[in-house]
Amino acid sequence: MSISSSAAPVGFRDVTKVYGTDVLAVDNISLDIEAGKLVTLLGPSGCGKTTTLRMIAGLEMATAGTILIGDKDVTRLPATDRDVSMVFQSYALFPHMTVFENVSYGLKFSGFGKSATRDRARDGLELVGLRGYDDRLPSELSGGQQQRVAVARALVLEPQVLLFDEPLSNLDAKLRRQVREDIRAIQQDLGLTVVYVTHDQEEALAVSDEIVVMRNATIAQTGTPRELYGAPANRFVADFIGEANLVPCEIASVSDDTAEIMVDGYRYVLPARGLARGPGLLAVRPSRIVIGTPGGFDARVAKATYVGVRMEYTLEASFGSMFAVQDDVDSPLEIDQQVTVGFASTGPVLIPDD
Amino acid sequence: MRVVSSEQSAHPVLIFWLVAGWAGFLVLPWYGIEDGFFGLEWVTDGYPFDPDYAPAIFLLADGQKPWLAPLILPLVAPLLVLGRSKSDPLFSIVLVAAGGIGFSYLIAQGFGIGIRGYSFSWLTALFGDLSDRQFGMGYGGLFVASSMLFLFTHGIAARGAVNGDVFVVGAIGCVIVIVTAFVFFPIAKMLTAAFITEDGGYSAAVFASKFFDDRLWGLGCLAGNRCGAAWNSLFLAILVGIVTTVLGLAFALVVTRSGVRFKRALRALTVLPIITPPFVIGLALILLFGLSGSVTVFIADQFDVQPTRWLYGLPGVLIAQTLAFTPIAFLVLIGVVEGVSPSMEEAAQTLRADKWQTFRTVSLPLMRPGLANAFLLGFIESMADFGNPLVLGGNFDVLSTEIFFAIVGAQYDQGRAAVLALVLLCFTLSAFYAQRAWLGRRSYTTISGKGDAGVHPLMPIRLSVPVVTVAIAWAAFTAVIYGMIVYGSFVELWGVRNTLTFKHYVTAFSVRLTENGVHWTGSAWDSFWTTIHIAVAAAPLTAAVGLITAYLLTRQTFAGKNSFEFGTMLSFAIPGTVIGVSYILAFNVPPIEITGTGIILVVSFIFRNMPVGVRAGIASMSQIDKSLDESSLTLGANSWQTFRRVILPLLRPAILAALVYSFVRAMTAISAVIFLVSAEYDMATSYIIGRVENNDYGLAIAYSTTLILVMLAAVGLLQVLVGRTEIGRRMTESRTSA
Ligand SMILES: Nc1ncnc2c1ncn2[C@@H]1O[C@H](COP(=O)(O)OP(=O)(O)OP(=O)(O)O)[C@@H](O)[C@H]1O
Ligand SMILES: [Mg+2]
Repeated sequence: MSISSSAAPVGFRDVTKVYGTDVLAVDNISLDIEAGKLVTLLGPSGCGKTTTLRMIAGLEMATAGTILIGDKDVTRLPATDRDVSMVFQSYALFPHMTVFENVSYGLKFSGFGKSATRDRARDGLELVGLRGYDDRLPSELSGGQQQRVAVARALVLEPQVLLFDEPLSNLDAKLRRQVREDIRAIQQDLGLTVVYVTHDQEEALAVSDEIVVMRNATIAQTGTPRELYGAPANRFVADFIGEANLVPCEIASVSDDTAEIMVDGYRYVLPARGLARGPGLLAVRPSRIVIGTPGGFDARVAKATYVGVRMEYTLEASFGSMFAVQDDVDSPLEIDQQVTVGFASTGPVLIPDD
Repeated sequence: MRVVSSEQSAHPVLIFWLVAGWAGFLVLPWYGIEDGFFGLEWVTDGYPFDPDYAPAIFLLADGQKPWLAPLILPLVAPLLVLGRSKSDPLFSIVLVAAGGIGFSYLIAQGFGIGIRGYSFSWLTALFGDLSDRQFGMGYGGLFVASSMLFLFTHGIAARGAVNGDVFVVGAIGCVIVIVTAFVFFPIAKMLTAAFITEDGGYSAAVFASKFFDDRLWGLGCLAGNRCGAAWNSLFLAILVGIVTTVLGLAFALVVTRSGVRFKRALRALTVLPIITPPFVIGLALILLFGLSGSVTVFIADQFDVQPTRWLYGLPGVLIAQTLAFTPIAFLVLIGVVEGVSPSMEEAAQTLRADKWQTFRTVSLPLMRPGLANAFLLGFIESMADFGNPLVLGGNFDVLSTEIFFAIVGAQYDQGRAAVLALVLLCFTLSAFYAQRAWLGRRSYTTISGKGDAGVHPLMPIRLSVPVVTVAIAWAAFTAVIYGMIVYGSFVELWGVRNTLTFKHYVTAFSVRLTENGVHWTGSAWDSFWTTIHIAVAAAPLTAAVGLITAYLLTRQTFAGKNSFEFGTMLSFAIPGTVIGVSYILAFNVPPIEITGTGIILVVSFIFRNMPVGVRAGIASMSQIDKSLDESSLTLGANSWQTFRRVILPLLRPAILAALVYSFVRAMTAISAVIFLVSAEYDMATSYIIGRVENNDYGLAIAYSTTLILVMLAAVGLLQVLVGRTEIGRRMTESRTSA
């Protein structure tokens, strides 16, 4: 017997959550999470990620709206009766039970027999690479091992949806990378539906099939990592993911969904994304800035930092400062040097200025 | 530059203690003064030649008390090395030797020579009869002893103990000496008293005959007779432990895990046992359920049954103690119940456990250490309680009251009191030890630092219905009890003449204004003012000893720290009756002769309440980051300056709390007090107990009500003051950061 998946999709229909009488934590959001996908909720602190996750788990009840898991309306169902498991930020391992007892805890309440429980718990521990740790107490494990026990405990129930609330925030940088890859590998092997909360955009980009960017209790944008990075829907998303430079520009002409824009006299052509002529806003990633483009706009090097693999520059242009990175570390620019600046042929996008 | 100054051996502290030592020897009266520690009559009454008031040097010059002469040596020796540098080995050796030998000699002569010459027959055999004798030590002895002690610790510090820190070593030495003198010594003395025969010898047979007494261990109750006091106490304590733990848990669950509204009122319950003299509950129960109690009379009228004395005995004591100690269990358990991380319970729910399974498999096991703790506290409190069994015990003998009757009753048998006290002490110490062993091994509260937000789930229905019902019923009962106390104080003669009157208050607290000022004519004023004085004197000392001990325990590491902690917390497990008996046995003979004075009351309060001061100090000191002290130390302050300038100011709320707490406890205590009061120093509680024994309930209750109000005011004042200090702190903080 081994662990498989009974992955199911999750749906939010106009869900609102109000704490007390006036704290609006989630404001009328709708969302569809496909079965077998890893979806990340990403956003700044306090934007409502944990609340959204806890509503899926059934630990908070939605104030309004409908929540679906599979085809079933679970809006009013308590946590116990939902087929959902959660890995907590603090892991929430039961300190008075051994590793084995922790992992078999949920199985006891799911109608498995004694031997089935034992086999499954063993399988779960094996899956996360913790074979032979059965009789340890949680306090006798390292942080990474505790994390994996928490994952195993949730996995063995073969839940329809598996939830993670910032599962890596208690780990050091190196372990983070490894554990997040482990989680991703297990999710893909078993085909689980996973909802994953983080406020680390790099982590989100690395593990997700799809990312939901949240802001002030609402969804700012939903899409694959590439879509979000390449085509942010608004300045918040552009800024939050990948530190884009936001450059004011003038959309000079639009034809066939292609726009020609002017930035301080520099001419550049890119997809129009449905925008009309007039003032516009351009998002440019630091790596897409090309210093020394002929015909580019003028700027002054205000700051130059050597960070080993590349150079980082702060450039002063007439409209404000920009952040750029260049791979050429052998002949760095001088501070106060005057340069002309342009953009790489792909990368910059126009964003609706809201 | 700092290095140089600390290298100087002519340390001002050392000079201070040397001067104190010499003053004690040359100037101050050596022996204790009859008219009290603070009386100053002696200055004009024949000092310095009257041998009652003479300093040691005058006694020696007069050819008396020749055994005091050797004390000159350890006082002279340090003078010879005063000029040497601190790192000079001779300096520390001389100080250690002088202090150590001088202190030991002082103790030895104090115990060796008493009011009948030599105290031990082998001394007489060795040196022949001594025609002289001596009484308890006074100012002079105290000064010289302190001087010797601090010379000794100074020498140890100079040898490099605790990084050569004079203040810390001195503080450790001081705490050890006073705890030994006022906790361990009396207990040891009591231990020996249990073996003393009629003619002053020692015999195990005496102990055995008193120990294997049927009144102590008899099991007659199994056959319908009376059981021994030891079994009664044990049985009662286990019952009270269980009942208070269950009720405390119910209250804690209601406050944290139910939708019930009046949570603040429930929390307010927790101050009640602090401000209520323990036996007051017993009095209120008598008003309700006694022979002429309102409930008894009502039922007798309605159902035409004969009123019985069912209250007097196990039922009454059990109810009274449960009322008195449930808030303590609640206080312990609320912390534990809140301490169970909500994410544990939420995790269990996402793992398909329902509410009841979650409670049974996760919440309850995680609370286990707290439950054990609450049970043991209830056990110890019940064992130690004296007032309620005295008021309600009837024929149900328990150890604490038996001890009292062994010493004050017709039997007057110190040996029996000592044996009973030892049995009682064994019970409470075992419980204390079990508690520490239990909690030491398992604490579930801090397994991971980061917490998730989350809320405690509500109790499952099948739990919440009984729990809420019980909690509400019990809270209502408590309210009725306290209502009875206030109401009872206005009733003329309960059950006989139920008219309302101020009579009792007038008898107790009347004042008359004459042209010579206020005349405190009420019968209670005497004991009231004594109580206030003693409590006011004890409070700052308790706080000081407690906080210094807490400082040593949290901030310093030194050899034997664990036993040091155990020793200082031990007095928590020593019931007041045991303290009372052991103090009488230890302190009515030289060298420390203080029975019948106010000092013995003050001292007993200090050591009874010290553990609370220590706990409060530890709690708030562990919240002050250690880097604050360290930065102060690296900025050139020594540890005393750091303690005074950095720690103390930050500890203001803790200090206030310790002050008020020890003040209030000193006003409500009865068990040790009842042994130690004298005609001159009568305390409020023992006065009230006296009234109760004369069946003068009205006055007793009126007095108790007044005490409760006074202490409520004290606690309220504390809240105001602590609130203000905190605001003050925030303001200074913002000022420094600006
Ligand atoms: N139990 C609660 N009662 C009242 N307000 C709450 C409660 N829990 C959360 N909130 C509020 O709801 C909002 C969203 O909280 P939530 O915990 O979902 O944020 P988050 O996105 O997870 O933030 P973070 O990244 O800091 O964990 C916040 O403004 C928070 O203050
Ligand atoms: Mg969160």
